[in-house]
Amino acid sequence: MSAAILKEAQSSSQASPRMDSAELGETLVEIRDLEKRFSLSGDFLEQLTFEKGRLRRKQEYVHAINGVTLDVKRGEALCVVGESGCGKSTVARTVMGLLKPSGGEVRFDGTRIDNMAPRDLLPYRRRMQMIFQNPYASLNPRMTIQQTLEEPLRFHQPTLKDGEVRDKIEEVMRSVGIDPDWGKRFAHEFSGGQRQRISIARALAVDPEFIVADEPISALDVSIQAQVLNLMMEAQEQRNLTYLFITHDLAVVEHFGTRVAVMYLGTLCELADTRSLFARPRHPYTQALMSAIPRLHDDKPNHIRLEGEVPTPVNLPSGCVFHGRCPHANQRCRTEIPRLIATDTGQVACHAVEEGRID
Amino acid sequence: MALLEVNNLDVRFAMRGGEVRALRDVSFTLERGERLGIVGESGAGKSVAAFTILNLIAKPGYIAGGEIKFDGEVLNTLKPKAMQSIRGNRISMIFQDPMMTLNPVLTIGEQMIECLKAHRRISRKDARAIALHKLNQVFIPSPEKRLDQYPHELSGGMRQRIIIAIALLLDPDIIVADEPTTALDVTIQAEIMELLLLLCEKHNVGLILITHDLGVVSQVTQRTLVMYAGRVIEQGPTREIINDAQHPYTQGLINALPQMATPGSRLNQIRGSMPTLTKIPAGCAFNPRCDFAANICLEKVPAFAHSGNCKVACHMVDAMVAGERWTPIITDANGNGATPTDSHRTEVNA
Amino acid sequence: MSQSNTQSSNAPVTPKTSSIVVPGRWQRFRESYLVYSFKRDWMAQACLLVFIAMVLGAFLAPWIAPADPYDLASIDIMNSELPPAWMAGGDPAFLLGTDAQGRDLLSTILYGTRVSLLIGFGAVILQALLGVTFGLLAGYLGGRIDAFLMRMADIQLSFSTLMVAIVVGAIIKATFGGAAFSDYALILLILIIGLAEWPQYARTVRASVLAEKNKEYVDAARVMGFRSRRIMFRHILPNTLSPIFVISTVQIANAIISEAALSFLGLGMPETQPSLGSLIKSGFDYLQSGSWWITLIPGGVLIVLVLVINLLGDWLRDVMNPRLYKG
Repeated sequence: MSAAILKEAQSSSQASPRMDSAELGETLVEIRDLEKRFSLSGDFLEQLTFEKGRLRRKQEYVHAINGVTLDVKRGEALCVVGESGCGKSTVARTVMGLLKPSGGEVRFDGTRIDNMAPRDLLPYRRRMQMIFQNPYASLNPRMTIQQTLEEPLRFHQPTLKDGEVRDKIEEVMRSVGIDPDWGKRFAHEFSGGQRQRISIARALAVDPEFIVADEPISALDVSIQAQVLNLMMEAQEQRNLTYLFITHDLAVVEHFGTRVAVMYLGTLCELADTRSLFARPRHPYTQALMSAIPRLHDDKPNHIRLEGEVPTPVNLPSGCVFHGRCPHANQRCRTEIPRLIATDTGQVACHAVEEGRID
Repeated sequence: MALLEVNNLDVRFAMRGGEVRALRDVSFTLERGERLGIVGESGAGKSVAAFTILNLIAKPGYIAGGEIKFDGEVLNTLKPKAMQSIRGNRISMIFQDPMMTLNPVLTIGEQMIECLKAHRRISRKDARAIALHKLNQVFIPSPEKRLDQYPHELSGGMRQRIIIAIALLLDPDIIVADEPTTALDVTIQAEIMELLLLLCEKHNVGLILITHDLGVVSQVTQRTLVMYAGRVIEQGPTREIINDAQHPYTQGLINALPQMATPGSRLNQIRGSMPTLTKIPAGCAFNPRCDFAANICLEKVPAFAHSGNCKVACHMVDAMVAGERWTPIITDANGNGATPTDSHRTEVNA
Repeated sequence: MSQSNTQSSNAPVTPKTSSIVVPGRWQRFRESYLVYSFKRDWMAQACLLVFIAMVLGAFLAPWIAPADPYDLASIDIMNSELPPAWMAGGDPAFLLGTDAQGRDLLSTILYGTRVSLLIGFGAVILQALLGVTFGLLAGYLGGRIDAFLMRMADIQLSFSTLMVAIVVGAIIKATFGGAAFSDYALILLILIIGLAEWPQYARTVRASVLAEKNKEYVDAARVMGFRSRRIMFRHILPNTLSPIFVISTVQIANAIISEAALSFLGLGMPETQPSLGSLIKSGFDYLQSGSWWITLIPGGVLIVLVLVINLLGDWLRDVMNPRLYKG
């Protein structure tokens, strides 16, 4: 169904050199009905409980992702936003194969990769890479920068000669703004921003097409955030990269994203191209999220206050997961799970929008 | 006279490699009921400033000079006992992590009552009533129930509300809030900030808000202090600083925000990163990152220049206020001129 | 890129012309916190000095000892039970006196310390090999492998080293005879103590692997497609070295004590190749008759040796401050 919707979504056009949603390429990564549960109950013996005099096996799960369907188009930067616990990082890690999905599938360039044997996955590993949130933990503290960058290259391209490896590393280091002469240093001798550059260099070293970035700038200082974002945008242009960009920062999304997917409690609320989403958020949750961005130039923030708090993902609410906090919820929202429906600019999962109760 | 007056504060840490100067010559004032934002990147010294006001600087840190005057009393020479009667009572603090204030093995009620009884002669029953009243003020649903709950039973946003209630417990004159919403989600962050603003206005409580988020500062505070490498580099009314920052660093900080750029275009970045406190360059600490640096910036620490209602520590602003021409050119020892962008780019932090 | 800024982030952050001096390994070591704190801790310095002196004395024994206690030809039974040189009846040729067989006590102690240290180090190397491997596997792979290895460790720990030694010793003696046991006593003791104490390592390593494996650099390695073995040994293992170093000191001391205890009970080194433990034992029978030196002097050496190793271990733990898994 998404293909049809996406055709509809291709409306606006803009004279920006970066990719716009109007010129979306073919699908590179497909996420279909992705589900991920984490067991809370431990092993078999710990699951046994006595209830009303009978021995029972009781299993509890954290429902981190509940049926997320997303397509990442070649050349775009798809941003996934949401608050902590909404499952956005789990999506990233499942796509990268760091977690096995409990249901659904992940396809890369047409091939299903989520159930592949590690050996068969190797060629895909080279094509998809990841940048992590914490620059202080994502580099091995016992390895020099040179070693950190060389290892993936030698592993994936064992035929490369020493000189070629060195040239390649030098090129990547320069492209992220790290002097190659610093290669013999260890990660702890660099500042947070530089470490994040090195992380990016490590991902770029194997010439990937697709990069998953899990909150890559949220641990950095403001002035450094701009540097890293610029670097990522430059790399995208030069290397024709596709990004799946996970963040909680809507200001960054507005700047960086081609399209935006908003997640709440493991489900996709809304998916639209960035400009339309910011111009006209449809889902009530998206609206609340947008109103909460601290802006520099308005004194009186007109922020939509949400009732209550995010429910736990252990016992999911019935119906729409957002109904408990939604100002527009009615009986249908409490019982029936909304499906993603096409709007003129994207997709939204909300009964109220579907029924025309809110616009 | 201002309620809080910080004069030429100098804080140092005695470390293995020698002394680290965390604060240099920091001065500012806070009027009764005024809301002041302290902005800076990590390592700029903004948290140290907050801790110093409350006299919470622990070894190996110490106050090497300057004074902190609160309501006419000099705090930094006060005996620990006397300081305790001010800390928590007349100046209270909100930390980034609520669990730094909350004791995980005591209920919310016990902690609030204990805090009240430590500072006032009051019965348990009255203390509980005050605690309940304060919880009501921060809009906590079913406050009666919360009093008997443990911190881990509450969500992050709820905990931070309770922290605010505790901070307000003794009707302080000043609340020092150190990154109070950094660990929270955007929607909750907005709520907490609104609440803090509302309560400060309603009870005429002064607020010192320490944050790296210019958006938050612009929404909550009246005056702003920008810190860089242990020094205050710019201070003045928040509006003026946000709309028309004078110091190149403040300008860079504001212009680097994604909301200041056209979506999809390059962000205006400041090159390099802040020096660690052990390796601060001579002259103006910002000079290696500054597009406008000239020879004097490499030699002399700038004094404050008055520009409008703002005080700016920048040689260029000083020259322009005096009506002089400023050429951002650095001449090396051979007398060769070069723009600062490619001549003296020393990486200071690695 | 329509609104390109004045400078590109492509330009290196560091100046191209600068000559960056990257410190070598030796310089890094000299500037490390380890060396810094060592220079300020006289206790650690003294301990290291004593330890090095003992190790040198022990391993240079064939050259510096006045006599060779293994050489039966040089022993004169007439010299037995001579007191130390400074006491009445002492012989200046035997500085610390002689034992019941007439061997020079000083030489015997030097040779004995060598045996004790060999067993201590040997057993610890064996423990570390087994324990680190099992700990890495258990911590990294988790699940059933983890459960199995850790239950093995629990079972192993529930047998005391002594019990294992008695059983193994009895089996070997019964199968190959007492003479064979004496010939291979050194290797057997290393095996016994090594096998009995590997769980200490396994638990410590497992605990730090569990902490390390959730860090993002391990995820990064997995994303690269590296195989488990490479991630375990190349990425995780180097980051668990500090707790391994710290417990190694304690384990060496423990192994030396275990060896002494076994030898004292007659399950360890034979009297023909005495270790500190068997020396203490050989003199024990003469303690009542006034020849205290045969037991007490080697005893003192043993205590000092174990003490300096433990003190060094304490210092190392303070410096490295790892989260120790107290098993």
